[in-house]
Amino acid sequence: MEFVVASSIGVLTAGGVYLILRLRSFPVILGLALLSYAVNVFLFASGRLAVDLSPILSKYGDASYTDPLPQALVLTAIVISFGMTAVLVMIGLGAFFEAETDQIDITAQDETDPGASKETDA
Amino acid sequence: MSHGGTLLFLIALLPFLGALFPALMIRAGRNVCAVTTAVPTVLALTMLLVLAPAVFRGEVIQAQIEWLPQLGLSASFFLDGLGLLFAGMILGVGLLITLYARFYLSGEDPMGQFYTYLLLFQGAMLGIVISDNILLLLVFWELTSLSSFLLIGYWKHLPQGRQGARMALAVTGAGGLAMIAGMLILGNIAGSYNLTDILQAGDAIRASDWYLPALILILLGAFTKSAQFPFHFWLPHAMAAPTPVSAYLHSATMVKAGVFLMARMWPVLSGTDAWFYIVATTGLVTMVIGALIALFKDDLKALLAFSTVSHLGLLTMLLGFGTQAAAVAAVFHIINHLTFKAALFMTAGIVDHETHTRDIKRLGGLRHLMPITFLIGTVAALSMAGIPLFNGFLSKEMMLEEASHTVWAGSHLAVPVLATLGALLSVAYSFRFIAHVFLGPVREDYPHTPHDPPFGMWASPALLTVFVIVIGVAPFLAEGLVTVAASAVTGADLHPHLKIWHGVTPALWMSVIAVIGGAALLSLHPKFDPIWSAARRPEAKAIFDRLVAAVVAASRMITEGTHNGAISRYLAVFTVSATALGWIAFSGSGLSAPTRELLPVPSVIAVGWIMLIVATLSVVTMHHHRFRALVLIGIIGLAISAGFVYLSAPDLALTQISVETVTIMLLLLALHFLPKLTPKESSNALRIRDAAIALTAGAGVGALAYAFLRRDIDTISDFHIANSYEGGGGTNVVNVILVDFRGYDTYGEIIVLGIAGFVIYALMDALLNGPAARRLKNTDYSRDRSSDRHPLMMVVVTRVLMPIAVVVGLYIFLRGHNEPGGGFVAGLVIAIALLMQYMASGFAWTQARKRVEYHTMIGLGVVIAGLTGAGAWLAARPFLTSAYTYVHWPPIEEFELATAMLFDLGVFLTVLGAVMLMLYSLSRIARFAGETVNVEPMDYDPGQQATDNEVKH
Repeated sequence: MEFVVASSIGVLTAGGVYLILRLRSFPVILGLALLSYAVNVFLFASGRLAVDLSPILSKYGDASYTDPLPQALVLTAIVISFGMTAVLVMIGLGAFFEAETDQIDITAQDETDPGASKETDA
Repeated sequence: MSHGGTLLFLIALLPFLGALFPALMIRAGRNVCAVTTAVPTVLALTMLLVLAPAVFRGEVIQAQIEWLPQLGLSASFFLDGLGLLFAGMILGVGLLITLYARFYLSGEDPMGQFYTYLLLFQGAMLGIVISDNILLLLVFWELTSLSSFLLIGYWKHLPQGRQGARMALAVTGAGGLAMIAGMLILGNIAGSYNLTDILQAGDAIRASDWYLPALILILLGAFTKSAQFPFHFWLPHAMAAPTPVSAYLHSATMVKAGVFLMARMWPVLSGTDAWFYIVATTGLVTMVIGALIALFKDDLKALLAFSTVSHLGLLTMLLGFGTQAAAVAAVFHIINHLTFKAALFMTAGIVDHETHTRDIKRLGGLRHLMPITFLIGTVAALSMAGIPLFNGFLSKEMMLEEASHTVWAGSHLAVPVLATLGALLSVAYSFRFIAHVFLGPVREDYPHTPHDPPFGMWASPALLTVFVIVIGVAPFLAEGLVTVAASAVTGADLHPHLKIWHGVTPALWMSVIAVIGGAALLSLHPKFDPIWSAARRPEAKAIFDRLVAAVVAASRMITEGTHNGAISRYLAVFTVSATALGWIAFSGSGLSAPTRELLPVPSVIAVGWIMLIVATLSVVTMHHHRFRALVLIGIIGLAISAGFVYLSAPDLALTQISVETVTIMLLLLALHFLPKLTPKESSNALRIRDAAIALTAGAGVGALAYAFLRRDIDTISDFHIANSYEGGGGTNVVNVILVDFRGYDTYGEIIVLGIAGFVIYALMDALLNGPAARRLKNTDYSRDRSSDRHPLMMVVVTRVLMPIAVVVGLYIFLRGHNEPGGGFVAGLVIAIALLMQYMASGFAWTQARKRVEYHTMIGLGVVIAGLTGAGAWLAARPFLTSAYTYVHWPPIEEFELATAMLFDLGVFLTVLGAVMLMLYSLSRIARFAGETVNVEPMDYDPGQQATDNEVKH
């Protein structure tokens, strides 16, 4: 089981990293989504794996439980990563409408734009 | 805390509090503004005087508040003789400068700003001299650099002002950084960051191997601040500041900070050969070079600046001698230098103000036109020259006396000769100040005809010259202050006697030589001046500028090499570095043996795993077809949710599955406007490179995960499990952690989520009001649209589902404290239910039935959560302490009421509001893009044209 989780994290990370290195905004957003999965599962796994030990207190005497703390952290992380994805999507859309391309890198032509000229030392 | 301690805190705080007001009070006029500035200074000075008798009795007043005890940082202050001397100087001169600046600054200068900066600086400086904690001292030290930057660059329109300010900040700031390192070493050796403790640990520190590095680093800080050679060059350039600033910072206070620090650390650091040779030599060299340059400067303020450099060198040298008598002389000279130099700066300011020039070559003969200024300037300059009956004479005699029996590297002559040379040059430039400005014939060609300024402007320097004469004639009056300060510096009980006549000593002869030689040198000045001007000298500013340019060029090369505007490159650099760092950390210490047994893998899980891997690989290989990639992402999310279910994380599974849903909806909405295909534009080499990076990173993370999954850890969660029910009143530990144990985190997180919602809303608003909007309107999206956009079946089903979904949401919310669920999941579930309405029945139909704005919902949620937390204060508990009780309500089973539930309600509302606001914003773009909206829920009528029922936006 440990190998299953660890390899999933690894594959998700690799996929995410490859996609964020692409040159268009949409694959990058997808890559970040994959990376978010990987990070969330990674954080979750830092509490170690347990089966049938949900952190819901039992009414019937002593029982053992899995580590609830990483779960609480990951729960908020999942929601926040949604917020982050949404902001990115909005920025990506805005950039696409403004520039009519969804390329994410600044090209040589953009550099010569007077608005982007370097500040000169007074 | 003692009565005195409280006063000390107030003294430290007053200037900073006072700094808030001048900028506001300037609206009430310049006089009111100046008075407002004087109030905190007067108050602090009064408090200091109240404390002074105790200090004179030999007490040390202390005040301490723990700030960050783990770091050894505490807000602790103490006031001993040295602190009293400096605090008195800072506040006293500060008051005089406030008065002087009121008349010096012209109507166009923003005076409120000036006084605010001045008080900030005064507070920082005061902090340095009364800090008992060296970390706190460092904070104030950097604050003086920053506030002096603002003051030097006060005339923003002058390029010299800006350059001077930058140079001062660069030099003193860099020195400050070195000093931080030195102080940390010192604190490490002494085992405490409290000065009082460090001052006791002198022997241990001097014996330590780390003594020399600490000494050099601390001295770097002190030398840069006090403009010692070779760091002296920033001070003359800082003279571009308004003259009140020069008089305050560059004669009385800031440049003395380095001297203060050497005096403060004197009992700890001095007494070694290293101290003597570094400090005394630097001081001696600075004294002579500064005086030599001063003699040939034609700008009045530059002359004074270099003379200050020279006198600071003198002070440094005296401290470097390491003898008690030299320390007494240093303390006494600090007082004397303050009085005559501040008076001289203000005189220079008056001359500049009246004649509109500071060029000595264009001045002369002013004694007839400005008799009062002449008197003040002459008294101060004679004191600087070291003429008897003025206070400068006394301390200079003491300095020469110390120099006369100092042996430098076996030579009995080197120090006395050079010290006499310094004194001689000092006499020459002091006489020059008098002779070339005030004496000589009256000229016709002043840029502006001068006369004496109003009383307010000459009052401050006049008062200082009174001190010059009083101390000069009756030195025993200053004895008390010198005694306590010198005793504090040396840590010994000293009883110096200050008197004018010491008999015929070597020092007297050296003085005589200096005065006669100085006068003779001045008479030769016209001959030497052209030679000096023609000589090739290294120009410090040019060197500094070249150095800065080289650093900038190097930084630019690195920046442009790594940050060339291509985000994919940044991400690649980041990933590679993070992986490399991980590898370095890992290879440092090997792995311990695994302690955990492997869990079995049931076949269902194996299937899920294969799905996940295949889906991920497919996303990567098929990402060019964006829609397909999106579907595959959904599969991955579902597989992960299933994994959470199996691995005892029901809450996570619920959250993941609902977030998955909204994420996919969001991406679908976005994809509507974006190209549906990603062009293949990366070269094969690039793809191979990226794949290599990705595989390495993935393998690293996977291996790391596997490594820690096989090993046990100590967890703090046992506490949460044990106290969840007793303390938090819930059995779902994850939820109790979220709303109770770590409620503060959650509170922060919902605020972040709310902000993200607003950011998206704002971005969309900016987009729809910008040039992109036109383009959006002109793009035709109609071919992407179905003619049956709101299918009957879907409308009906979602209508029916709505109340059910709401009930499910409520159920999940209510049970959250004890069973899987809670505010986060409930918010997402209800959001999905609402989104379904938007999708099925159309935007306008749903929007018309919306009663509460999503913005309001976010705000309400945060406010409810915050108020719930604050409610704990009413019960005198810390923020977010929860309370709960059990209620028995006959027809219903006994149930629990907890304040945490109310907090969870805040979470619920914020999540719902934020998610809805985000998706709503995206749909608004769709409407803007010319999408028609339906008025009726089901707008499809096969018998009619689709447009009949539609209204164009």
